[in-house]
Amino acid sequence: MSTSDLAINVEELKRVGLVTVGGRIDSTNASELDDVLKETIDAGQNNLIINLSAVEYISSAGLRAMVSALREAKKKRGDLVISAPSPRVAEVFELAGLTTGLTPLFTVYENDTAAVGSF
Amino acid sequence: MGEENVLNVAGRYDQIRTIIKFVTAGGEAAGLDEKALFHLELCCDEASTNIIEHAYGAEDVGPIIVSFQAQNEAFVVTFLDHGRPFNPEDVAEPTYYDDLSDSNIGEFLDQMKVGGLGIHFMRRLMDEVHYNFDLKKGNELTLVKYIPERGV
Repeated sequence: MSTSDLAINVEELKRVGLVTVGGRIDSTNASELDDVLKETIDAGQNNLIINLSAVEYISSAGLRAMVSALREAKKKRGDLVISAPSPRVAEVFELAGLTTGLTPLFTVYENDTAAVGSF
Repeated sequence: MGEENVLNVAGRYDQIRTIIKFVTAGGEAAGLDEKALFHLELCCDEASTNIIEHAYGAEDVGPIIVSFQAQNEAFVVTFLDHGRPFNPEDVAEPTYYDDLSDSNIGEFLDQMKVGGLGIHFMRRLMDEVHYNFDLKKGNELTLVKYIPERGV
């Protein structure tokens, strides 16, 4: 049993993988997210939606895991997009410059349906 | 007012939430609003993570000593550690905030690894950030959040 407050679920949809994350993502458990995302990409799913609606908190350690996974997905000509972040989580992404600027690294969608439609 | 509260914990990731609870409880009592408390939470997390990863280089190498003081107009948090000097001012902030793109992800990730993003958060979210290295005390990082006037 993990003592982590992190819950991660991976679901294969027809065109993409949907990774639903809940809880807190910080330096105590970011490696868990890193591992799951890398394993999913290594298994051949290069297009991922990360649903963050149930994530109450994310630190730079969590952002690092997501940027690292994005790089792996892009290497395989895939993409990783974000769905339904809470205002606080969205603020941390913006503060890091990950979802702002002319060519934002991550595209954010209001919900999974819109995110699926982007692929 | 002005009384100093001190917490001394082992430099481990699983102690960071203890640090956050300790500091945010003090910040709430001092009158910081919910948004300021969230910013304080994030910055205390980043400061503690940087101590473990960069001043000590690993978990369980030394303590993190956190103290806070609520003054009239400011909430002041101080982090002390006995690791190697880690001056945030020497760490470059991640470079590509306006044009972060596929081609420079690698460089950005490297900058994140040296604590650059956490330091960026502190500079952006706190009203003041100070660093001092003392041969006897070690690294001393001070975060200051101004307390809004009550009733405004």
